Amino acid sequence: MAESRAARRRAAWMLAWLLAPALLWLLALILLPHVELLVISLRERTGARAFTASLAQYRTFFAEPLYWHVFVRTALMSILATLLTLGLAFPVAWIIAKVAQGRAASLLFVVCLIPFWVSETVRTLGWMILLRESGVIPQLLVHLGLTAVPVELLYHDATILVGLVYTSMLFMVVPLVTSLESLDNSLIEAAYDLGANGFAVLRTIVIPHAAPGITAGCIVVFMLTLGNYLTPTLLGGKNSQWFTEQIYTQFITRFNWEQGAAFGFLLLGLSTLIVVVGLRLSGQRFGEVMRST
Amino acid sequence: MIPSLPRPRWLRAATAAYVVAFLTFLFLPLIVVAVFAFNDASYPAPPWRGVTLDWFLGNAALGRVGLFQDSELLTSIATSVLVAFCVTLLSVGIGTTNAFLIERGRFAGKQVLSMLMLAPLVIPGVILGISILAFASRVADWADALFSWDLDFLRPGLPLVVLGQFSYIATIATLTISARLRRFDRTLEEAALNLGASQAAVFGTILLPYLRPALLGSAAISFLMSFADFNTTLMLVGSDSPLTVMMYGRMREGATPVMNAVSLFLMLVSALLALRLIRRRPA
Repeated sequence: MAESRAARRRAAWMLAWLLAPALLWLLALILLPHVELLVISLRERTGARAFTASLAQYRTFFAEPLYWHVFVRTALMSILATLLTLGLAFPVAWIIAKVAQGRAASLLFVVCLIPFWVSETVRTLGWMILLRESGVIPQLLVHLGLTAVPVELLYHDATILVGLVYTSMLFMVVPLVTSLESLDNSLIEAAYDLGANGFAVLRTIVIPHAAPGITAGCIVVFMLTLGNYLTPTLLGGKNSQWFTEQIYTQFITRFNWEQGAAFGFLLLGLSTLIVVVGLRLSGQRFGEVMRST
Repeated sequence: MIPSLPRPRWLRAATAAYVVAFLTFLFLPLIVVAVFAFNDASYPAPPWRGVTLDWFLGNAALGRVGLFQDSELLTSIATSVLVAFCVTLLSVGIGTTNAFLIERGRFAGKQVLSMLMLAPLVIPGVILGISILAFASRVADWADALFSWDLDFLRPGLPLVVLGQFSYIATIATLTISARLRRFDRTLEEAALNLGASQAAVFGTILLPYLRPALLGSAAISFLMSFADFNTTLMLVGSDSPLTVMMYGRMREGATPVMNAVSLFLMLVSALLALRLIRRRPA
């Protein structure tokens, strides 16, 4: 009896030692900071170091067209970027998982991952060198006689989209390959023998099977795009109008923490909403999706 | 369609063309960055003016400050390495304790806790940054008002950058390490205990060697993610800029090819790291 009590006490101590760092991390760096942010967003400055509780920050957001226009624009561009990424990544994932064989498949997969070992700053620098007015592609277009003078390819919405799609590619390709690899080839062969064409196979067999991977990829890409700062500001310049930029301006440049905190919560709300809706639509659980990526 | 089914020639050709186009899209930006690090011109842009190593070796006397003479850049690289080192230690440490907590612990609220551990991945980095900034400054204000303590490390600066990056990289380390711990065959542990090994001996001789690949892998990932982090860092940075923030500032102003030189250097380092990891995988 005494022995088992000692063992039980030791297990309890062990558990406490393992729990302490986890709780400290989640409380001090995640939960309490977000409570603080929420509190800040729900107050209004009435004088030096004097605040009252109010919804003024959220009211400003809806009253000022600039703010909610940028918000809606960021959301729509992120959706567009996610769909484009899916469209570009799907064929590659299919080739890696189903068409290429053996070493060629794993080589192609590894090659697709390589660019993402380099930081986003470096990749964005590459796009700037390629697209700016004095850059490689505009000069090439002049050289080929396609345009009379070099055209500025930076600072357009399309440029931002190219950068976002590029940056997100990895997070789409990996879950797609994983989910397509688990699809049994004999199902496709059976469908083909029964007379299904490529489109029917895709619609009735491949997409339903790959749905978890598609959802996981889309959720991750959407979140990362929505919260991106570097790519829109560098490739879009003054025209980028990205919501994270508004948060930075309020919080850091203008030191208006109340407004910045409210913007932060709105972005967090949208991001969470999309995750929840995405999971609900595909009937998956959050933990499973996160583990598969 | 799959190779076991008849594929028309046009489909084969289209597949090959798509792969080539896709790889061009992936690698073109990296290739131009690398190539223009050697261009003998003041801006990373065509036309090609010949090969130079000025952007690596040049000094102020030449009128071109190369990477190895640019003390501001070198300092920021050192800063990034220091930050990444701290973040890696913290993340792998807490990743290990969390893995044992989730895989071995039995306690009420475990489900909730393991869900909460995933939360940092769905919070945009910018928001992690501002929330930690706001909370840290609240704590610092309290400490000042109540005990007149001057807690400088809670003001924007490198300690806060480390905490900000750690707040989400810890989740990634936790996932990597607990995935491996989950597949551990517990009969090995029971056999060792039956043969009279102490708990500590089991941990040191069986569990730790088994977890080694996951520990090394998560350390490499943590280091790289910390080195590449921009969003969270930007909100928490003080007067010492890590490399990403420094590069961002210079790129906005229209940078010289020294940015290409630094980028090429980064590419080589990550390529080496990637190769080592891939080599290790099959074993």
